[in-house]
Amino acid sequence: MTRYIIRRILWFLPVLFGIALVTFMLARAMPGGPFDFAGDRTIPPSVVINLERKYHLDWPVYKQFGAYLWDLMRGDLGPSFYYRALTVNDIIKQSFPVSLQLGVLSLMLALLIGIPFGIYAALRHNTYADYSSTFVAVLGVSIPNIVLGPLLIYLFALKLSWFPVARWGADYTQFTLGFIPPMTAKFWSHAALPTIALGTALSATIMRLTRASVLEVIREDYIRTARAKGLREQTVVVVHALKNALIPVITILGPLFAAVVTGTFVVEQIFGISGMGQHFIDSVNNRDYPVVMGVTLVYSVLLVISNLAVDITYAWLDPRVRYD
Amino acid sequence: MTVETTPPSVARLPVEEAVSGRSPMSDAFRQLRKNRIAVVSGIFIIVLIFIAIFVDTALFAFFTGAETRPLIAPYHFAEVNFRYNNAPPLTTTDDGKFFLLGADYLGRDVLSRTLYGTRVSLAVAFVAATVSLIIGVVYGLISGYSSTRVDNIMMRFVDFLYGFPIIIFIILMQVYFKALSRRGGGEGIAGALIGIDNAMGGVFFLFIAIGLLNWLGMARIARGQTLSYKEKEFVEAAQAVGANDQRIVFRHLLPNILGPCIVYETLQIPAYIFLEAFLSFIGLGVNPPTASWGIMISETYQGMRVVPHSVFVPAAALVLTTLAFNFLGDGLRDAFDTRLRGE
Repeated sequence: MTRYIIRRILWFLPVLFGIALVTFMLARAMPGGPFDFAGDRTIPPSVVINLERKYHLDWPVYKQFGAYLWDLMRGDLGPSFYYRALTVNDIIKQSFPVSLQLGVLSLMLALLIGIPFGIYAALRHNTYADYSSTFVAVLGVSIPNIVLGPLLIYLFALKLSWFPVARWGADYTQFTLGFIPPMTAKFWSHAALPTIALGTALSATIMRLTRASVLEVIREDYIRTARAKGLREQTVVVVHALKNALIPVITILGPLFAAVVTGTFVVEQIFGISGMGQHFIDSVNNRDYPVVMGVTLVYSVLLVISNLAVDITYAWLDPRVRYD
Repeated sequence: MTVETTPPSVARLPVEEAVSGRSPMSDAFRQLRKNRIAVVSGIFIIVLIFIAIFVDTALFAFFTGAETRPLIAPYHFAEVNFRYNNAPPLTTTDDGKFFLLGADYLGRDVLSRTLYGTRVSLAVAFVAATVSLIIGVVYGLISGYSSTRVDNIMMRFVDFLYGFPIIIFIILMQVYFKALSRRGGGEGIAGALIGIDNAMGGVFFLFIAIGLLNWLGMARIARGQTLSYKEKEFVEAAQAVGANDQRIVFRHLLPNILGPCIVYETLQIPAYIFLEAFLSFIGLGVNPPTASWGIMISETYQGMRVVPHSVFVPAAALVLTTLAFNFLGDGLRDAFDTRLRGE
């Protein structure tokens, strides 16, 4: 097991390096340097040369990449081109906790709905309950969050006025430890619709997978044995079947994290939540490349780490994987 | 025991003429036809393809050189009517235009734009699926059929790429492509690509970004299938009659692994459609005024209190299309009943 973990972590380093290299090269290849102010030719060339010297743009590329890596290792993502007073670090520090809360709430919702309904549908295989919940799940995976978000706002915020239309119920100054939100009614009322918008498709995915996995497991011989020796159905399902059936659900968590990340982009935009996803989209439109690259790096590292965690958990639960 | 080597010409038997065979493929289609919801979805998708092709006369214009006019769509997707912005459904204008599903914030016919959007969504779905199918199947076939050492190297490379967050790279590539095409012009290959992309309303770079980065799963499936088939008797028989590697791979292995691979790819199509809508929504997809469902939703959702139709018409189109592909994909999977079941 230790060997497996070490191997996985060593695997993780070249991926991180690759991500840093790609973001660096793209930032370099982006047309337009930071100092060619289009339409504003008041800066004499000598000043531009000095500016470039100050920011080490006159260095050879490999040296610049080295400096960039060094900055990354110290956790310095550079200044924002658009918000002159803020660094990329400031922006991420303020917006990341909001995205994290939204993502964690949606994942929790997805697991709480997806797993029980998946098990239920599998145990009622080929009954009306199974067909209807499978149908609802297909519906769930077919409604993207760019549709569900506006629909929820239209129904529950504009028509019924049950929930606020937009914004997040708390900001970074109110978070305990920097990421735990205050458990106020305001927070929950603001969080409800975005969480549902992001979590529905995820819960449908988890439900489908759980159903398939439970169906596979309850056909195994050892389940027949458990039934044959007279165990109660409840014991058979909970103690014998679920333990193995839920292992494949772990593997889907990796892709689901990616879905959460892209989902936060959309949901934050629709609900006007100033999380990292909204900053990313704004920065793309403002051509604020340092923020784009910084947010990309944070998301990439996050996804890579979560994949690593999923792999290790999987190997821990299913010993067969380790000897691959 | 000695094995007599026979010349290949003797070994070729006229099997096809003697028996009308029931291939696994035709069995699967017989199975699929029993699944009513999959059949309905299939018909719906055929209608969508028809709309996508004949929404305007681009196809005829390509051959005759005539000007492109809207054909199925009542109006052109970029036709602006300023006095009729946010017009409700069933509006008739002074100059005799009729907006069945209303107009958007620039007075563009929502129905026409939604119909044109079919073209973008389906084009992205099919091109991305084809690109990833071709790359993935060829890669998987080569990897699975090659020696263990080559196979190992090729699969480690796939594992390595799997470690990268693909979606982030698609976004980054689009950021880069958009920056390039905003700048415009350019010389050499880059300039030519930007020209093609602008002519296609920004769809071309979507093809590249989505198609080139989504073949990893396909490669794994194709390799797995190849590994399981290459030990079968018919491959051994082909080798025995002296077929070379190329012939075995393309004539014997490929037809057998293609079915499951196409099913897998069909299951991916909703993801491609979502991806296009998502990228267009965040401003990294098609260029305005090109009509795509994603960009239509993103341009109008802020005004939905007043004009819900301009959001919910493209939204409904998006949902119905993905539903159809999901049902068809599930039906295909059940019909082929491969190891893909349960995913």
